[in-house]
Amino acid sequence: MALAVAGLLLFLLPLAGLVARAPWDQVGPALVAPETATALGLSLFCSVTATAIALVLGIPLALLLARTSGAPRAILRALTTLPMVLPPVVGGVALWLAFGRRGLVGGPLYNAFGIQIPFTTAAAVIAETFVAMPFLVIAVEGGLRALDARYEEAARALGAGGWKVFSRVTLPLVRPAIFSGAVLCWARALGEFGATITFAGNLPGRTQTIPLAVYIALETRPEGAIALSLILLAVSLAILIGMRDRWLGAL
Amino acid sequence: MSLTAQVRVARDGFVLDVDLNVGAGETVAVLGPNGAGKTTLLRALAGLVAIDGRVELDGDVLDDSTSKRHVPTERRRVGLVFQDHVLFPHMTVLDNVAFGLKRDGRRVAREWLDHAGLGDRANAMPRELSGGQAQRVALIRTLATEPRLLLLDEPLSALDVSIRAEVRRDLSRQLAGFRGVRILVTHDPLEAIALADRLVVLEHGKVVQSGSPAEVTARPRSRFVADLAGVNLLRGRGRGDHVELENGTGVAAPEAGDGDVFAVIHPRAVALYTSRPEGTPRNVWRGRAEDLDLQGERVRVRLSGTVPLVAEVTPSAVRELHLDAGAEVWVAVKATEVSVYPA
Repeated sequence: MALAVAGLLLFLLPLAGLVARAPWDQVGPALVAPETATALGLSLFCSVTATAIALVLGIPLALLLARTSGAPRAILRALTTLPMVLPPVVGGVALWLAFGRRGLVGGPLYNAFGIQIPFTTAAAVIAETFVAMPFLVIAVEGGLRALDARYEEAARALGAGGWKVFSRVTLPLVRPAIFSGAVLCWARALGEFGATITFAGNLPGRTQTIPLAVYIALETRPEGAIALSLILLAVSLAILIGMRDRWLGAL
Repeated sequence: MSLTAQVRVARDGFVLDVDLNVGAGETVAVLGPNGAGKTTLLRALAGLVAIDGRVELDGDVLDDSTSKRHVPTERRRVGLVFQDHVLFPHMTVLDNVAFGLKRDGRRVAREWLDHAGLGDRANAMPRELSGGQAQRVALIRTLATEPRLLLLDEPLSALDVSIRAEVRRDLSRQLAGFRGVRILVTHDPLEAIALADRLVVLEHGKVVQSGSPAEVTARPRSRFVADLAGVNLLRGRGRGDHVELENGTGVAAPEAGDGDVFAVIHPRAVALYTSRPEGTPRNVWRGRAEDLDLQGERVRVRLSGTVPLVAEVTPSAVRELHLDAGAEVWVAVKATEVSVYPA
């Protein structure tokens, strides 16, 4: 019991500290400061874009995962979930080696077209997608596996081809899983730090998202860091409350 | 329209090997115990399971393993109705029925629903329907696509007994108006007899018997059919005036013939006595009442002993004989009540 309380305190105390020590009179000004607004806008843009890319690429990947079995599935699944367990910094280094100016893909891209990915907003989006997409894929795959195959069989027997079955039956039936996967994915992308700072750098207005801005601001103007942290905390709480039926309801 | 099918499916040690020919407008009921392969057969005909063999519908080859031909389910024009309706839960009843329709889907769907007396449920979601309504909508959804082959997989078994009769009447009416080939899988003999022109009995993946309901129940060729017809089935060798069972007991029967035979004894022809009966019955054995079961106005008594049988007696006979589970009795069957036919 005492240990449980200690565990709970470990979660609660930092949050209490954040709220208690917040210089509330300065939070307002810090929030409307131009640096904050820039970081906030960039964060929203990057995380939403990353979620959109994850939806476009992740749903087909989840479909592939749900339809394979045995060894190929184990390998596919391990590859998909790797970014979830990989330290984000390592992910950033790996992305840099792949898409950097001398990288596996980035090298030819730079030599042929002069396109440079690292230290651009695109890099921040890629880093966030890399880290956050597994959350979507896992959630959607779970939804697909739980789906009664007879709905798709019934649709086929009614004359529906592959695309019609997918768009009119499969997709709507796994929509709850897609939704909760997308929210998780977006939350993870919004908080992304390690891979972004390694691969995309920390350039205000281009790659400096809120977590990066918090890290920098803590040294120079702590009240700004606290204000930004409160924003992220509020977003997390909103997600937790908004999704409580989906997560807590299953308990 | 007619169906000619040789279906062979082997998997996990189970082999389904069935030849089936069904004529236009004929309803065939595929009966059999659980695990006999009934559903696999339907899925194979629907193109959902790969087969060895050949399926030809109305002159079109849908499956032919020698020429590697396989028409996918969506282009077969087969209708599949499941045990529980499998209506799409995110669509209204109307959209469910319109799903398989090409042109003018909603209008045609509404006509079908109106015709079936379900027009007022068109905008309901499937979860708002009763079990019987949902299954009727599922049937309409399938029939509206005008399939050439209608496959019904135990369409009534998920319904409450109280509404089954009503849905069965509706099904029977809908089937009468359907011009294609109809195959009904069921393990309910009443459903089979009410709806089917011909029964095909499947056991362990093979057809053990087929014919009209009357033919099949008159001459059961398996324990499953005997139970279904409610009669005792014995198997042995014909010895002219008696049948020799596997345990050596002789059962007197006129025209027992020779070779492997089946002998059927109706439970009502099995008489029970407390002391050895005198006179005409030529088959008399000792027996022990294992359990008693009241069915309507008769009591079914399951007997063990030299020849395990089920007897059907009146409740007053039970009282007079002081019959109870465990009671020792004399069992008598007149030779003329034993009907014998080749196995």
